[in-house]
Amino acid sequence: MKALAKIISRVIVVEAENVDTDQIIPARFLKTTSKDSLGKYLFYNWKNKDTGIVQNKGAAILLARNNFGCGSSREHAVWALMDYGFRVIISSGFGDIFYNNCLKNGLLCIKLKESEIKELFGIIKKNPNTFIKINLESQTVAIVDNKKIFYFEIDPFRKSYLIMGVDELGYILAHEDKITAYEKNI
Amino acid sequence: MKNGKTLAEKIWNNHVVFQEKLGPAILYIDGHILHEVTTPQAFAALREKRLKVRRPDKTIATCDHNVPTDNQTLIKDPLSKLQVETLVRNCRDFGITLYGLDSPYQGIVHVMAPELGFIQPGMTIVCGDSHTSTHGAFGALAFGIGTTEVEQVLATQCILAKPMKSMEVNVEGIISKGVTAKDVMLAVLAKIGISGGTGFFIEYTGSLIRNLNIEQRMTICNMSTEGGARAGLIAPDKITFDYLRNRKFVPNGKKFEEKVKEWKKLKTDKGAKYSKSVNLDGNKIEPLVTWGTDPASGIKMNEMVPDPKNERDESRRKAKKRALNYMQIKPGRKMESLPIDYILIGSCTNGRLSDLRDAAQIIKGRKVNSKVTAWVVPGSRRVKMLAEKEGLDRIFKEAGFEWRWSGCSACIAMNNDKIPYGKYCLSTSNRNYEGRQGPGVRTFLASPLTAAASAIEGRITDPRIYL
Repeated sequence: MKALAKIISRVIVVEAENVDTDQIIPARFLKTTSKDSLGKYLFYNWKNKDTGIVQNKGAAILLARNNFGCGSSREHAVWALMDYGFRVIISSGFGDIFYNNCLKNGLLCIKLKESEIKELFGIIKKNPNTFIKINLESQTVAIVDNKKIFYFEIDPFRKSYLIMGVDELGYILAHEDKITAYEKNI
Repeated sequence: MKNGKTLAEKIWNNHVVFQEKLGPAILYIDGHILHEVTTPQAFAALREKRLKVRRPDKTIATCDHNVPTDNQTLIKDPLSKLQVETLVRNCRDFGITLYGLDSPYQGIVHVMAPELGFIQPGMTIVCGDSHTSTHGAFGALAFGIGTTEVEQVLATQCILAKPMKSMEVNVEGIISKGVTAKDVMLAVLAKIGISGGTGFFIEYTGSLIRNLNIEQRMTICNMSTEGGARAGLIAPDKITFDYLRNRKFVPNGKKFEEKVKEWKKLKTDKGAKYSKSVNLDGNKIEPLVTWGTDPASGIKMNEMVPDPKNERDESRRKAKKRALNYMQIKPGRKMESLPIDYILIGSCTNGRLSDLRDAAQIIKGRKVNSKVTAWVVPGSRRVKMLAEKEGLDRIFKEAGFEWRWSGCSACIAMNNDKIPYGKYCLSTSNRNYEGRQGPGVRTFLASPLTAAASAIEGRITDPRIYL
């Protein structure tokens, strides 16, 4: 897992609500046995259409509307987003499985209030060149050149693993004796 | 009872191996189902880390997403072929039983695993597939996971997780003629919306739910994920136990009776509190069909395509406009006037024997409309075999349906079953997202009864005229 502590970046926005993982990467691109090079399929069916995506090529932060990543469990959606260059997604809500998959790969999902998301969209629309600073340690989203700061919640366990960039599998393996004991009692 | 617990909480608590204060639980998994699409990277990681599969005996595999349903001896797409062959090799190398293309049990993960008796009440079940929620029909806690978690379960038989909150969806009443479990679930989704279940395990309760057979319960639990819920479950009862008796993974004789005694205890305590409750009047549910590009857009056949202008909320208005633009249908048109090009009867939602029987009772002695291409894709080889035994294949074929082999087929469009760009498909599957059934394909979700009636008429049709 890629470690993540602080990021300063411009933002790419996706206007649509309820973006399901079939939109993030269509099923026909899941016929792979590796995790690599999936960025080129990101939002593939949306190309050349009015999607409301404000392009800021190379930006590491994606700003999305509510219920981003609902639907299919495909982790390929996360691999595609990360291969494209994203490290942070900000939204007012995420699909449960997608949220999990993101954090297990080092893609930080930040959940803010709906009103705060609206405000952020307004700021980016006004100035698409706005830089945003994410600080996982202090759990803040700060608008650079503006004193505005938003705070977000994150599970402390996941926060520490993200900052360390350590795979969770090690944690489970470290408790193998307890799994063995549990199995004896089934 | 003070401190009563919900069914989901009980199953969760029974499986916590270890939990530090404020940390996630190490949760034990009783059954893990694998398919070819979401597992290759997990096995690759095991090889890289030199790890073994901890419990091959608690793991089964099949291939479903990529397999052709016309001729299963020949996978033409080289990438699909490689994915299927990779699963075969991984199962062989790691000692996992594969019910593959040479097995009479091959089928969609969520159809074949219950047939084997692999899913039992009180179990925790996972699979790299969001429709794993299907298995909650047995009173199991079953949910979809990503590939990183597939790797974790293979290596440790555990995942790291925090529990979801419990939500109750109560449906009282008697199901009307021509209404199926699919319509009930489309009604639930229309009520709660596509994120109404996010953060929850849904328990379905009420007299209508209790009277459903196990296959109908699977249809309900299957689409829990369409409401955003990780899992959906129904307390086990005699219907559940009768289904399980004599299945491959289920103990026999005295041991079975002992199991039943344990299983009978699996229900929500009287004093337990759900974090959220929703009630539906089951007597009022009618056949539904979706108009839009989300599964919560089900409306009655005689209702009109909604006009976005009437939507006050700006983002919802935009979403409706976008959906109508994708679907290329006009507000104000009656759903039952809309023509269709393709019919798909199948999928992990509605590809079981009772679904095929439902459709066949309408199709019998009638013909598919000449403008329609209609497919029946049994959910598993066992469903196909049983359906053929009672002559359902002949009924469909004589009517002009294609009778195919089992797999995910055109529900997901990553195999050979492709619907052409721009065509309208009325499908018994679970997702009508943009491009779900292929680029530009427009999907109407409905029940097998509605699919059968619509196949005959060549347009969306209320099945009750044929019953």
